[in-house]
Parts: sequence; structure tokens; C-alpha cells
Amino acid sequence: MNELMRRLLFLPEQASAYARQVDQLHYFVITVTMLGSAGVGAAVVWFAIRYRRRAEGDPTPHLSPRPYHEVLFIGGPLALFLLWFAIGYPLFVRLATPPKDALDVYVTGKKWMWKFAYPGGPNGVDVLHLPAGRPVRLLVTSRDVIHSLFLPDFRVKIDAVPGRYTQTWLQAEKPGRHDIFCAEYCGVGHSAMLGELVVLDPARFDEWLAETRRSPPLAAAQDFPQAGGDPAATLVEQGRRLAGAYGCLSCHTVDGTRHIGPTWLDLYLRNERLEDDTTVVADESYLTESMMLPRTKGVKGFQKVMPTFQGRIPGPEVAAIVEFIKSLRTDAVRPEPSKGPVYAPVPGFVPPEK
Amino acid sequence: MSTSSEHVAHHFPDLETQAHAARLGMWLFLATEILLFAGLFTAYALYRMLFPSAFAGASGLIDTRMGALNTVVLITSSLTVALAYHFSRQGRGRAAAALLLATIALAGVFLVVKYVEYAHHIGAGHLPGRYYRYPALDVPGAAMFFTLYFLMTGLHGIHVVAGMGVLAWLAAGAWRGSYGGEYSTPLELGGMYWHLVDLVWIFLFPLLYLI
Amino acid sequence: MAPRGGAWSWLTTRDHKRIGIMYLVLTSAMLALGGFYAMAIRMELLTPGPTVMEAQTYNRMFTLHGVIMILLFMIPAIPGIFTNFFLPLMIGARDVAFPRLNLFSVYLYLAGALIAVYGMIQGGADTGWTFYTPYSTTTVTKVWPILLGGFTLGMASIVTGLNFIVTVHTLRAPGLTWMRLPLFVWSSYATSVIQVLATPVLGITLLLVAVENVFGFGVFDPARGGDPVLFQHLFWFYSHPAVYIMVLPAMGVVSEVLQAFARRNVFGYKAVAFSSLGIAFVGFFTWGHHLFTSGQSAVDAGIFGVLTMFVGVFTAIKVFNWTATLYRGSISFQTPFAYAIAFIFFVVFGGMTGVALATVALDVHWQDTYFVVAHFHFIMVGGTLTGFLAALHYWWPKMTGRMYSEKWGLVAAVFIFLGFNFTFVPQYLLGNAGMPRRYYSYPERFWALNVASSAGASVLAMGFVIVLAYLLLSLKYGPRAAANPWGSRGYEWMTPTPPPPENFLGQPTYPRPAHDYREAHPGQEGH
Repeated sequence: MNELMRRLLFLPEQASAYARQVDQLHYFVITVTMLGSAGVGAAVVWFAIRYRRRAEGDPTPHLSPRPYHEVLFIGGPLALFLLWFAIGYPLFVRLATPPKDALDVYVTGKKWMWKFAYPGGPNGVDVLHLPAGRPVRLLVTSRDVIHSLFLPDFRVKIDAVPGRYTQTWLQAEKPGRHDIFCAEYCGVGHSAMLGELVVLDPARFDEWLAETRRSPPLAAAQDFPQAGGDPAATLVEQGRRLAGAYGCLSCHTVDGTRHIGPTWLDLYLRNERLEDDTTVVADESYLTESMMLPRTKGVKGFQKVMPTFQGRIPGPEVAAIVEFIKSLRTDAVRPEPSKGPVYAPVPGFVPPEK
Repeated sequence: MSTSSEHVAHHFPDLETQAHAARLGMWLFLATEILLFAGLFTAYALYRMLFPSAFAGASGLIDTRMGALNTVVLITSSLTVALAYHFSRQGRGRAAAALLLATIALAGVFLVVKYVEYAHHIGAGHLPGRYYRYPALDVPGAAMFFTLYFLMTGLHGIHVVAGMGVLAWLAAGAWRGSYGGEYSTPLELGGMYWHLVDLVWIFLFPLLYLI
Repeated sequence: MAPRGGAWSWLTTRDHKRIGIMYLVLTSAMLALGGFYAMAIRMELLTPGPTVMEAQTYNRMFTLHGVIMILLFMIPAIPGIFTNFFLPLMIGARDVAFPRLNLFSVYLYLAGALIAVYGMIQGGADTGWTFYTPYSTTTVTKVWPILLGGFTLGMASIVTGLNFIVTVHTLRAPGLTWMRLPLFVWSSYATSVIQVLATPVLGITLLLVAVENVFGFGVFDPARGGDPVLFQHLFWFYSHPAVYIMVLPAMGVVSEVLQAFARRNVFGYKAVAFSSLGIAFVGFFTWGHHLFTSGQSAVDAGIFGVLTMFVGVFTAIKVFNWTATLYRGSISFQTPFAYAIAFIFFVVFGGMTGVALATVALDVHWQDTYFVVAHFHFIMVGGTLTGFLAALHYWWPKMTGRMYSEKWGLVAAVFIFLGFNFTFVPQYLLGNAGMPRRYYSYPERFWALNVASSAGASVLAMGFVIVLAYLLLSLKYGPRAAANPWGSRGYEWMTPTPPPPENFLGQPTYPRPAHDYREAHPGQEGH
């Protein structure tokens, strides 16, 4: 049944459990839509035949709706639509809240290519390798205009907006290859901004990681030009350097002592008490937000003196600083994120000059 | 003096309906004007939230006394335009014309003050976006403040100039005695527009100069 | 309308009927131009790679297609032509409240169109009609004339809407109460409210983008601290209600046509009338459903999703009442009726896919794909344009004094119905398959559906050519129309054809509700 409907609706392969669930909703919604429009269409046509004009000047009765008509006309569609929403919205909420143990990948859109960076490792262009069966969180931004990372086989899409991070997640079920499209119009190369997601068997993924870790890095310098000269620098090392360069470390310590701002040691995933006595978990989005909007969620007990860095730190550098903060842990029991897969930019689309 | 019938357009049953239509139309037009500014106010609110210290700092660079002076000037001009309508209703067209001219003169004073402020900001490099050149306040958001400052006061200034044109036309009509007790609708509508120009400034002044 | 005076009397006319005709000529020309761009797009998409034009040309084509169709046809057409012509006739007024302002709106429209055409000659913009920043502020193409044209057209739209609101409030004939107003007047009134309240926000937004594009002030530029998503909020605050500016008048037309050809008063007058206002009201609070994938919080997405459902409910109320209106009617299946029932079918399917998009989770897959393209074309072409054709055929005799060929009318309607479905149903499937919109080239697995869509588009275009041909021929060769050829009891048919300059011979009276067919009373059966 699933397979039949999927083919009838020209849906691509279902590469994750989430995709299968979205498709179930899709079948339900589209079946109801077809039945609804066919039903109304049939009623209209049948009335047009049944009550066709037989004589010019036929009088017709004056009919007015009874209350139960109105209840039916309003309640019926409302109940149906709310049912759709009740199924669809929790799915969206699930997509909007990545699991805690997800592997992070930073994605940067740029006219007209996708760049993928693993924490603690260099990065690649247009080809993303992921392990099967493990949740992966994608932290997405753009270097120029708005793009949108679209993985049709996973029914997942998230805009890449310059100056801010957006996130989504996915969990591939089995090894395979999947398309990556750009869904937000971004210029001449929009339809050529194609990428590929290669899902590997987890064991094979680790093996492949070990191989790539040994091979010399190729692409980092090109992809992170602001990060300084050393192409072998991991995101964490870049973050350490950038935190110094931007003056973060003149207010935030990394050894747990209190200074002008909260210390960064063990900051990641810490419960911070805010000015208004609510608490917030210092995850990636909070850390990023605090760089961009430092005054909105200030930690209690500290003066609001931090300037905003909106527009001052490019996306990849924000990612690096966040990774640096994440690395500052006293227990250090968190499993080491995969050490960088390193691969050359995939030859393919050459962006035309403007 | 005018009689009621000569002012009623062919498609209106009577003068009262016509005046009602004119007022309703004017209110709707004023609503669109407010919504036009609403887009800029939304942008202002968002960026003030993003850059509170930069906005506070940049706001300190503009002269509150100038803004206060202009506020007084505009409020006075609202008074003169209201008085003009009052006299026109009493049939004193010449007095109404004189008060309208006073309103135009006050609008001129407003623009002169604004010119002095603009000249100062342009000289000091307090300019929008990529033109911003003011090393003493080199923080992100300061340029955005001046972008919004120039856009908001500029759009308001255009409205002041348009209002001066409308008032001049009304003053000419009032001088000729076209309006009177029964028919002062054009003056009333012109006055409503001028009050709106005033009202927008009353919002701009605290947002840009004070807080 | 009887020819009176020369060209100059047309250019300076304040007669709402002549202004309506001027809008008819101007917007039809724009429809043809927008249709030409549509065909160029479908031609390019016949093969997966480059077909007949370069990527940059293609990008300009779809931008111009969108700008022309939306700003120069969909928004001004039905209000400018039919509301202008028939609203005063329906409420027993001698003209709209501000006739000079009405003429001014035509010239604003013309100015906006000329500025936009100047932009096209200068190379045209490549931003898409949505002008998303920072693309629109950094592109090398000439965007500002198109933006300025859009601003001017917005002013024309505001002036038109303002005029109609005041007209309905102040110029109803004695005895014509609000609850007696024809449904077309209600939907036009709701449309006008949106035009007046939403358009200024678009105006300032377009100006900001133009200023930023030319001067680099940085309002939406992240490199200067600006927020590109602010643009999306401001843009959709207008442009989502604008969808209802486009479709509400067509809904009003369908209400009139169904009553006239089924010879039945509408089932549930109040429900149909108030659902127009409901759509106008809720329409202001749904804009966020265009931003489900832009990183908006899940709470916001949920609120905007639920609010969007209500638009679906209001539309469903109309659909059920329309269907019930046919029950026990005396139905004559003529061209306007054919378009009206096609409208119902398209709006049900297009509308329900819209509600499906508002379930949020499905939108994540469909956002910015051909599914969305198909959805809004079902509403815009299947809804608005079909409603426009219904209105054109229903009121053509009153406007021109001539009858068109009924046989060719039905033939064209069949072409348009089939061509439309063949064009846009494949696009739904393309969206399911994952083809993003605004794609110049595409992977080969999307090929077959694209060919089907292009083939359908040519059938659709043929339908429009037929309509154009027989309507133009009818002006010269068509038989003279009676005052009321359909035997309709809508108020607008109570005046002679062509209507006299001040619309009525004497003061019209309204002893009965509009479309009261309870008895065969004499004098209104025409012929």
C-alpha cells in the first residue's frame, strides 16, 4: 500500500523513518483532498443535470440554511483540518528538536555550492558523508544570499540564512546515495547547486574516517579563508584563535573563574539562570543567539555589557567558536566527535562569473 | 459665500453625504499613511532590540534640542491649521488664509531646522549604511540607526513638503472665499492630513532623539 | 456602451463604466504579456538542460511572469474592471464616491506599468517576484524600476480600494440595506479593506529594497547588521493577504453567476457574505506560513498553521453554500456557469492542498517546490482567472451591448478546463518528487512530468486565444444584447443596455432581495 501510493504520487524514496511518517500523513491528506474535490465536483455536475432548466421562467424555491447546516458546514471542515494539523504539527516539532546525541555537521551554502564541516575536522564540498542509523544534526547558514538545503528523500528542508544559524536533523536508515538540492532561488546557478549525501554503514563510516584522518587535508583553507593560514586547524583550534581575535577571552575565562562574563568552562549544555529567573540550556542555538543578541537572554548576576556580534563574525567562524566552547569540558567524557573526514572538492559545477 | 448646492457633485444626494464620504475617504487614506510608516517602525523596533547600546549611543549623537524645537514648531502649526478651519467655518476666509500661511511658515522653519541637522550629520559622517564614517562610535548598529534615522525623517520630510503644497492651495482658496460655514470640507481634510504629519513626528521624536 | 465623444473624452472620463473598460483593455494586454512569459518558461522546461534560452534569461522570464501576472493582472483586474463597472450599478449609485480619484487610479496603474516595462527593457530583474533579500539587494540586474513600478501599482490599488469602501458606505440607494447587498459587493468590500490596509506595508518594503539596492543602506543586509528575514515578514504581511485580494472578487463573481444561472437565491446569504470578511480578517494573520523552513520557532509555526486552517474553513463554507445553491434550481449550462463550476472544483482542490501545506510537516517537504507552484496556480489561475472569465462572459453583454458565440464559449471553456489540469496536476507531482521551483535545468527523472505540463500549457493557451478571438469578433458581428439576456435578477441588470451616463433612468427601487426567483414575475426575463 505504502509502495503503491508512493509511486502513484511520484514521491522519492523514503530514506528515514520520519520520511515514512510524513508520507503517511501525505497519503491521508491527499486522499481526502481528492475525495473532497471529486465529491463537490460530482455534486455540482449532478445538480446541473438533475435540475437543468426545463422551461423558461420556472420559479425556484427560496431555501435558507437551518442551524444544523451551518454547524455541519463549519464543523466538518474545521474538524478535518484540525485533525490534519494534529497529525502534522507533532511531526514538525520532532523535526525541529534534534536528539541530544546527534552528530553535528555544519553546513554553509554559498553561490553555488554546499560546504559541510564536521566538528573537530576539516570539511568538504558538495558531498556529505553520514553514517546510517545515527541521528545527525545539520546546523545551516549561508555565506551570501539565502539558500535552502533540501533533502527530498528525507522530506527535510531548512533555509540557509546569512547571519544566523538554522537547524534540522535526520537519521538515515541504510547506506545509499541521496540528492541534495537548493530550494531557495539564489541566482544563475540555483538549479546547478546540487550536492550528494552518501550514507555509509556505521562500521564502514568509522573505517572511512580513519582513512581520511590519515590523508593530508586539502580543502580547509579554501573553505574557511577567514580562519587563518593553517589548513589543518580543526574547528576547535580555529575557535580558540578566533575567540582571542574577537576579544571574547577578555571577558570570558576558559578555566572556570568568574570574570566580566560567564566562564566558558562546562558552559555547553549547562542550565543558565537568566535575568527573569527562567533557565535556559546553553546549547548551540543559545550560544549563537547570545553572540548575536547578547542582551535578550542575559545570565543573571552579570552586567549587560556584551556588544552584539551580528554582522561582525561570519557564519563559519561562529561555528568554530561554538565548537571551541563545546570542547571546554572538565569531565571530557563526551564521545569525541568524528575526527575530520577530509576530501577534495568534488569537481563538477563551475560557477559562472556574474 | 457659497451655497450648498453648487458644491454637491452630481452623484451625491446632498452635501452632508458628500462631506461624510470625503471624511471617510480621508480617514482611510490616513490609515494607509500610518501603515506606510508602520513598516519602518517595525524595522526600528527589531534593530533597537538587536543593537540596544549602539542605538543608545547613536541617539546621543543627534541634538535633542533641535528635535524639541521642531516638535514645538509642528505642534504650533497644528494649532494654526485648526484655527484656520475654525475661522473658515465662521466665514472669515482672509483670517483662515493668514493662519494657513502661518502654518506653511512654521513648516518652513521645521525644514530649515531639519536642514541644519542633516548638514551637521553629513559633515560629521553620521551617514546610513556603507556611508557611515564616524570613528568615535564604530559599533555595529550605529550605521543602522542612521539608516533608519534618515529614512524615517526623510519620508516624514517628504510628507511635510507635500503638506505645504496642499496648505498653499487651500490658503489660495480661502483667500478667494471659496470656503465658508456650510462648506469647508477641503480645509478640514487638509487639516486632518497636517495633524497626521504632526502625529508621525510626535512618534519619531522620542524614538530617535530621546530613548 | 454607446460610443460618445472621441479619444479625449475617454482619457478624461470620470464615468466608472468607461474606467472599467479602460482597465479591461489594459489588464488584458498585461495578461497576454504575462501569458507569453509563461509559455516561454514552459518551453524552456521542455528538456532537462538548456532548451531555448540561457539561465539568466530564464530567471528574468519567471520574475517578469510573476510580477506582471500578480501586480498588473490578478490584483487590479476584477476590482478595476468589474467592481468599477458593476458596483455602482448594483447599489443604485450614479458613480463611485470619488470619480476623479478613480480616473487617477487608472493613470497610476498606467504609470506603474510603464515604469515596470521600462525595467523590462533595461534587462529586467532576476529576483523572482518575491524579491527576497539579500539576493534582491545585491543582484546586478536592474531591480529598482520593477520595485518602483510595484510601489506605484500599489498606490493605484489603494486608491481603488478606498474609493469602493467609501462608495459602499455612502452611496447605497435608499432602501438598500447592508443585508440586501449583492454578494459581489460584499466580496469587493472585503477585498477593498485588504487593499487599503495591507498595500502600504508592501509599498514601504519595496521602497526599502529599492533604496538598499541602489544606495546600500543595509536595512536587510546581514553584512551590515540587517536581518533578511525581516524582509520576508514585511513582504508576506502584504503578499499573503494579496492572495485574497486576488481571489475574493472572483468568489463574489461566482456567487452572482451561480445564482443567475441556477435561478436560485444563494443558500446561506449571511454565511457567504461574512465568510468574505472572515477571509479578509484572518488573512492578515497567516503570513508566517511562508516561513516554516526559515528557522521560525515551532510555536510560531503552530500558530500560523492553525490560523491558516481558518481560511480553509471560510472557503469551505462558501463552497458548501454554492453547491447547495444549485439544489432545486433551474440550471442553464451556459459559458459563465461552466466557468463558475470549474472555479468551484479548482478552488476545492487548490484550497485543500493549501490547507495541507499548513499542516507544517508536509510543508517542509513541499516548501519552494513545484507543489507550491501548482497550489497557488490552482488558486490564481483556476480560481481568479476562471472567475475573471466567468465575470467577463456573464457581464460582456451589459458592458459591450453584444452577445458572443455561446458555442465557441463552451468549446474554449473545455480547452481551458482540460489544459489547466494538464498543466498543473503534473506540477503537483513534480513537487512531490522534489523538484524545486525556479529551476532552469533539472535531473532527467523530472522530464516526463515537465513535458506533460508544457503540453497542457499549450492547450490552455489555445483556449485563451479562442476566447480572445470570439470576444473581439462579437464586438463587430455579435447580435445586439437585450437588457437582460440571462434573465438574471441581479440588481445590475435592472438598467438598460448600454447603461445611460448616470446609470439609471430615474431612481431605482429595491422591493425584493437580489436574485429572488420565487415567482415568475414579468419584465425581468429579458428577450
